[in-house]
Amino acid sequence: MKQYLLSAIRLTSAFALLFMCLYPLCLWGIAQMAPNHGKGAILKQGDRYFYENIGQAFTEDRYFYSRPSAANYNAAGSAGSNKGPSNPEFLATVAARIDSFLVHNPGVQKSDIPSELVCASGSGLDPHISVQGARVQVPRIAKLRQLDARDLNLLIEQRTEKALLGLCGTERINVLKLNLALDSLSANHQQ
Amino acid sequence: MNTEITGVAAMYVLLLLCAIPLGRYIGKVLDEQSTWADRLFGPLDRALYRLAGIDVRQEMSWKMHLYALLLINGLWFLLCMFVLTNMDWLPLNPDGNASMSGDLAFNTAVSFVTNTNLQHYSGESGLSYLGQLTLMLWQFISAGTGMAIAGVVFRAMLPRRSLGNFFVHLVRVCTRILLPIAFLGALLLLFSGVPMTFEGKDNITSLQGDAVQVSRGPAAGFVAIKQLGTNGGGFFGVNSAHPLENPDYLSNMLESIFILLIPIAMVFAMGHILRRRKLAWMIFGVMTLGFMLLLLPTINMEMQGNPAISQLGVAQAMGNMEGKEMRFGPAASAYWAINTTCTSNGSVNAMHDSLLPLSGMNALIGMMMNSFFGGVGVGFLNFYIFIILAVFISGLMVGRTPEFLGKKVEAREMKIAMIVALLHPFLILVGLAISSHLYASDPETHAGWLSNPGYHGFSQMLYEFTSASANNGSGFEGLGDNTPFWNIACGIIMLLARYLPIIGPVAIAGSLAAKKHIPESAGTLQTDTATFGTMIFAVILIVAALSFFPALALGPIAEHFLIF
Repeated sequence: MKQYLLSAIRLTSAFALLFMCLYPLCLWGIAQMAPNHGKGAILKQGDRYFYENIGQAFTEDRYFYSRPSAANYNAAGSAGSNKGPSNPEFLATVAARIDSFLVHNPGVQKSDIPSELVCASGSGLDPHISVQGARVQVPRIAKLRQLDARDLNLLIEQRTEKALLGLCGTERINVLKLNLALDSLSANHQQ
Repeated sequence: MNTEITGVAAMYVLLLLCAIPLGRYIGKVLDEQSTWADRLFGPLDRALYRLAGIDVRQEMSWKMHLYALLLINGLWFLLCMFVLTNMDWLPLNPDGNASMSGDLAFNTAVSFVTNTNLQHYSGESGLSYLGQLTLMLWQFISAGTGMAIAGVVFRAMLPRRSLGNFFVHLVRVCTRILLPIAFLGALLLLFSGVPMTFEGKDNITSLQGDAVQVSRGPAAGFVAIKQLGTNGGGFFGVNSAHPLENPDYLSNMLESIFILLIPIAMVFAMGHILRRRKLAWMIFGVMTLGFMLLLLPTINMEMQGNPAISQLGVAQAMGNMEGKEMRFGPAASAYWAINTTCTSNGSVNAMHDSLLPLSGMNALIGMMMNSFFGGVGVGFLNFYIFIILAVFISGLMVGRTPEFLGKKVEAREMKIAMIVALLHPFLILVGLAISSHLYASDPETHAGWLSNPGYHGFSQMLYEFTSASANNGSGFEGLGDNTPFWNIACGIIMLLARYLPIIGPVAIAGSLAAKKHIPESAGTLQTDTATFGTMIFAVILIVAALSFFPALALGPIAEHFLIF
């Protein structure tokens, strides 16, 4: 029996060497060739940089809004709302978000608002919205930035990420990329 | 055709294409047959045997196997407790995260050693990188434990077969199955954008001008094995809903496939070892039937959306989006939810608390049955219990001596099988009764427990105990579960629900193996037919579903009628 205990201790140490040291170190070495050396893909703009996959809060009217977030887009504390579908508090929150959206986007019909714009994401860091979610915001942004709505719709079309191979998954738009493109469109327009 | 549906179909087809050939390979590894991979892994295995001082020729009886398993698992628990309660001064802690409290460390250590991965902490703030790497070690070896012991049960079903050495099985499963597949998966994840760095949080300013901190870490290696070994514990708080843990649809497909890969392959591994392909297909058929009955309605419901949201007047073109990520959509999230609960994985890519009531119920049922594929290795052991019960009941129905694979099933085996089968509902319902009593008698003290009122609050408690007892690890995460009550109660349940269902089937298989082999005759009950498959399905339904129906009626079913 003592022999088993000794084997168990030695085997656990050997496993620790293999799975806690060699395995992660090999991967870390290979990661040096991955996007941004395995530190998470980034987007550079001038001397600033952003994480491509980490959604950001866009609450100002001059930007396309991102989705509501239970974590306030705190990328050091991801969280979902964890509200059940029948929870009255949750339904009241959604109703308030709809009202606020309508105030900021006069002329939009309720039925044109896709639900992802008023429902919180799972991670609180969702970087995407749907195509409809971007289109419904075009009149507001066009008016505020004095841009042509057709240019904005074109921008949305260019920035739409198609389903994988056109066959699998959802169509969506990365809000950060869209807003970066929006800023450069505005800058060009002013020149 | 809807691209969300084709995405799910593609995942399932790719899964079967990988899992069936893998089953043959796993069968060879568990049976210690030679494979093409020997040249690659032989030297690694021998190095591990030498480091550990294992004599490969030393055979163990089934009792010695259990002894070795419990001994090494006990050791792992102590070691894990030590790391988790001392993280603050140990190395690899760039974010300066604190050590865990005693009760939380108990819960977490039990959770990872038992392959459950229930998490009452959030990865970003609750663990140092050393803590993460330590838990990753257990994601490998606790999965290896389940597969190794399932291999022992397979071998015990063969007449006059040596059972080998537990430590040797454990090493071979880890080096030849888990390590190479996890490594490949981790590489794919790495290049799709999952981080693998030892640097701490990054500080950036968002485009709008807010200061934001971004948590990172050595996640790619962790995510691959958490999916592959039906572990499910996330690197970050929200698990695979986190954009750094699961960055796009392709990574989501890979992670989804990894959930069911080994659980399905284990069925075919058994078929290979016993040389009973038809039996393997029958078991696969029963499991698939149960899986599909849960999966299809769930996908449908999630894509239809929440009627309470429709009443508010917005469009639900995609479906129920609360708690879901745009890059996956409701169909792939529903697929994941059923995958992760039918196996005992427990990772999530959407918040289960915000699933529609009956979708949440289907996730619960997957864990309550815990045998439609189930965890790596142990899922089959659960199913084995139901086979023994079905053999006995059919034997009584047709008036023949119940026997399975040429061995008589008698009172001793039946007693063990019944205890194991009833343990699961017992643990869940007793835990639920105690927590409901505590909450109902003093709702103010326990107000922090439930993030939802009414029926859904009840479902949150039901889900937590079911997840602990199924060694699943997912949660209705709105439950405020980092309290001594939940940490200790769930810890005890996880321990009992892990080891008794391992000890029981091994004891049954060991006791059957010692009996005289009865040659097949015209009077033998055929166990590889569709009729017997139906019988097993009925037994699972009666034992598991009926025990839980009252609890389900008070939780998700009542909530369903509130909004539909």
